[in-house]
Amino acid sequence: MNLNANENANQESGKTMTTSVQPSSLSSVASANPQRTESQRAQGTGLETRGIHAWFGKNHVLSDINLDFTAGSVTALIGPSGCGKSTFIRTINRMHEFIPGAAMAGEVLLDGKDVYAPGVDVTKIRLQIGMVFQKPNPFPSMTIGENVLSGLKLAQLKVDNKDDLLEECLIRAGLWTEVKDRLDTHGGALSGGQQQRLCIARALAVRPQVLLMDEPCSALDPGSTLRIEDTIRELSDTMTIVIVTHNMQQAARVSDYTAFFLSEGGPGHMIEVARTSEIFSQPKDQRTENYVTGRFG
Amino acid sequence: MSTPTVSIPAPREITTEPRRSDKVFRRIVTAGGLSSLVILGLIAFFLAYSGYEVLKSEGLKFITSADWSISTDDAGNVIDSHFGLAAMLVGTMLCSLVAVVIAVPVSVFSALFLNFYAPNWMKKILISIIDMMAAFPSILFGIWGFLVLMPSVEYWAKLINRYLGWIPVFEVNPYFFTRSPFVAGVVLAIMIIPIITSVSREVFAQAPLDRIQAAFALGATRWAMIKAVVIPYGRSGVIGGAMLGLGRAMGETVAVYTVLNVVFQINWHILLGAGGNVASLIILKFGDASPYEIKALMAAGLVLFLLTLIVNAAANFIVKRTGKSGK
Repeated sequence: MNLNANENANQESGKTMTTSVQPSSLSSVASANPQRTESQRAQGTGLETRGIHAWFGKNHVLSDINLDFTAGSVTALIGPSGCGKSTFIRTINRMHEFIPGAAMAGEVLLDGKDVYAPGVDVTKIRLQIGMVFQKPNPFPSMTIGENVLSGLKLAQLKVDNKDDLLEECLIRAGLWTEVKDRLDTHGGALSGGQQQRLCIARALAVRPQVLLMDEPCSALDPGSTLRIEDTIRELSDTMTIVIVTHNMQQAARVSDYTAFFLSEGGPGHMIEVARTSEIFSQPKDQRTENYVTGRFG
Repeated sequence: MSTPTVSIPAPREITTEPRRSDKVFRRIVTAGGLSSLVILGLIAFFLAYSGYEVLKSEGLKFITSADWSISTDDAGNVIDSHFGLAAMLVGTMLCSLVAVVIAVPVSVFSALFLNFYAPNWMKKILISIIDMMAAFPSILFGIWGFLVLMPSVEYWAKLINRYLGWIPVFEVNPYFFTRSPFVAGVVLAIMIIPIITSVSREVFAQAPLDRIQAAFALGATRWAMIKAVVIPYGRSGVIGGAMLGLGRAMGETVAVYTVLNVVFQINWHILLGAGGNVASLIILKFGDASPYEIKALMAAGLVLFLLTLIVNAAANFIVKRTGKSGK
């Protein structure tokens, strides 16, 4: 309950945010991850994007995004609706191409290899780059346990000890204690927040290197949101996380880096990327400052 | 209890008085909805009324015996008559069962192809062709089945008989394959494929996009996605479509009459050229039936009507029981 109250207070302040409020909220972010300093972070760039453009038919929606994601870090993508954040992350795991007429240009390098190179098995790419969607979408025809392990079945992977994997994924997603006695029941009875954590557990079961999260909390209440943010922070020690969010407090709370996207009438492009503390305290671009301080968007 | 007791008021009755336009519309819609029930009821009543005399004299034998004969004297008076539908009922069920067994897999696969594999231009063309097929006159299916399909189906029937003849239903004795329930079933299958395909296509197309994306995002191949998301979602709809097809197959008259021998003998061997179904019996006898035999035919119609109802109800029950629809 305490956490909820805190979250509500944060949301309140979001509406009337002023620059003077920012430093204090940022210091709390820094203290939330005391162990994570530059030197201790997993080294190497796991995921790089080079000159990403995206189109829907003739509509150019995303222009020239160059963004590197450091392994073991959380990067938040913020910006007004329609600025191409979601489209961008969907180009990363090649979900973009499901939309008829969708096209892209540029390279997405996972461990130095272009995921769009000819001959690349798309299904393998999606195993390495997992995704959590805005709306919780567990498979209703499966039980909770089957849901978590569904990725193995879908991708025809073999695992020696399914029970251990099931438990591990649910623990990491922060759902184990709530569902361990009803793994054989169907997921429909879970709350929205539990369903979303089930989806996270499901994404973890295939052991991705990168986890893309497309506004994972926008359909959830503040309490569930905080639970998921805890989960994100725990996961970030072992994987690269990219999260799209409209909630700037969330970006400040969970991310190490923040990238600000804007469309300004044309295709969406990236205004700037920096450590999250810099974006919220001393952004280089006036437009970023206007956005994070709530003057527009 | 330190809190003062609050007197709880009696709940008010809440009424909503609809507007006049609403009331009028409601009556119109209700009339439309009830009209089909009324028509159905009148038909059932008419059949029961006309067939009553025969049903009463034959009793349960009307559906258990396979004997259909009527003898009259020179003046046209009925001397002796036996009306039994058993052979026709067995034939009806065999033909429609063969039809559904063949049509459902074909339809499901073509619906999946149309929704998930066919390029857009092909999809449009195929959908309009399939819809056209559904509206095709059944006599043409019958004639085509008789002239074109029968020889090759006979060949397949002989193959099945040679290798699977040890299974009782595939036994053929005497060795006579022409105009068998199997041939009729194949013709019926082709007739009901468009119906089942379009129903299945509609339900598959409604499979929720977010679940489809979830499956793909987990590294699923297209087929794995279909198995995990689309089929569980569409299962009950496909069964509904199959029931619609089964209903049509059971009631089909002309096409079956063209390709099936009407023989008054119970025949469970689907490859053997003997059988008949209730509807084709009616068309066979109707033309030169005496007034009394017409009553028997009406009773046969009533039995077919009830059989269709029972099959549909049973199917509904099965769909509900096996639940877990994935919706």
